[in-house]
Amino acid sequence: MRKYEDKTNKQKKSYHTDRFYKSPTLPKLDVCSNSLFAMDLSSLASIVDIKDAYIQAGHMIVYINHTDNKKAISHMRDTRAYDFLVELSAIDYIKDQDGFEIFYEMLSTTKKTRIRLKCFLNKNDTIQSVCHIFAMANWSEREMFDMYGIKVKNHPYMKRILMPDDWHDHPLLKTYPLTGDESASWYEVDQIFGKQNRDKIGEELRDTARVDRYDTNRFSRLGHEVPKGVDITNGEPDTPIRYQEDGGSLLVTKFDKKPSKILDKRK
Amino acid sequence: MAQHKVDYLKDGGAPVVLTTIDKLVNFGRSNSLWPMTYGLACCAIEMMASGASRFDFDRFGTIFRASPRQSDVLIVAGTLTKKHAQFMRRLYDQMPDPKWVISMGSCANTGGMFNTYATVQGVDRVIPVDIYLPGCAPRPESLQYALMHLQQKIRRNKAGMSQKTKRLI
Repeated sequence: MRKYEDKTNKQKKSYHTDRFYKSPTLPKLDVCSNSLFAMDLSSLASIVDIKDAYIQAGHMIVYINHTDNKKAISHMRDTRAYDFLVELSAIDYIKDQDGFEIFYEMLSTTKKTRIRLKCFLNKNDTIQSVCHIFAMANWSEREMFDMYGIKVKNHPYMKRILMPDDWHDHPLLKTYPLTGDESASWYEVDQIFGKQNRDKIGEELRDTARVDRYDTNRFSRLGHEVPKGVDITNGEPDTPIRYQEDGGSLLVTKFDKKPSKILDKRK
Repeated sequence: MAQHKVDYLKDGGAPVVLTTIDKLVNFGRSNSLWPMTYGLACCAIEMMASGASRFDFDRFGTIFRASPRQSDVLIVAGTLTKKHAQFMRRLYDQMPDPKWVISMGSCANTGGMFNTYATVQGVDRVIPVDIYLPGCAPRPESLQYALMHLQQKIRRNKAGMSQKTKRLI
């Protein structure tokens, strides 16, 4: 259960004040504390260089060189019974370390243990594909390329997977703005109407809460509708909302409650 | 449940109706609005519920069609991504005139909570919209209300005049 904390005036207080709050990390345990992991690690160490290894949150985390990724993964699958590659992706550390950290999360269904192989990749380096070892890596590596621009060698179909093929830049990089760069904000207009019609469609309206009462090109008030583009600075006419036209519409009879029979209970 | 008994001899005389071409054409158009099944996200669930038996869209003459060639209304139900925008435009272009568009839900209206690089900030950047239906997601009743508003809009039109194709540019 979560730790109890005092909830008096909870809503009045801001829930988060420390700008430089660092969340506490889980303790890192030595690999020797778990015999299964210790055996896995010693077996892996005979094949590849181990930079660092520890146990955190029940997972063994092993740092290796990025050139050894294929060797390490096939070794863990073939000899250590890690039969699932659960997830692989990258983390952007370009600002601090000028590169990416790539992780491979593996699961052994027989031993019920999970390990995470991590390696550091410089910004301009490429990494070997592991999709010939685990077919799952095929799409994950394409996603990694799509989102971070990391090129994967020996991949059978190195193409974007989520974003369109002609998309500019890789959106999960920390330098990529959340609302998109210029080419992203005009993407659909360029595709459909062509670049020359950008000013006819207009900029994207990013503040969705903004309602300009006098902008009749974009907005209309229910019950006060005017034709598009009309100047309403001196007020607009009141057009009452009607649920059916006066006198009813053709062949549609108006509902009259009086002669109807209303049942007290459902049959 | 209500039971109606229309006595033709009493209410409005013999079963002969005199009307104008406008009214007749608009009657036909407004009471057989066939929307294209165009579910993009969670609004599609509400749209499907409106079509199913509890809310029963069929009583409005609204029958979902799986082809743009057979439909008059495009209900944009959900988030439109930038990758998908051109396909929606293509489907809209394939619909025969006259055609109308209901933009259903916050995402289709303004991009909604997806203030991101990958979402079209309002489908009216891509296709002309007739009815904007707010809500996240709108209840089936709201969708039916939007459709009734669209019916009223159609009935206000002069049917005899040729329908001007709506264009963004």
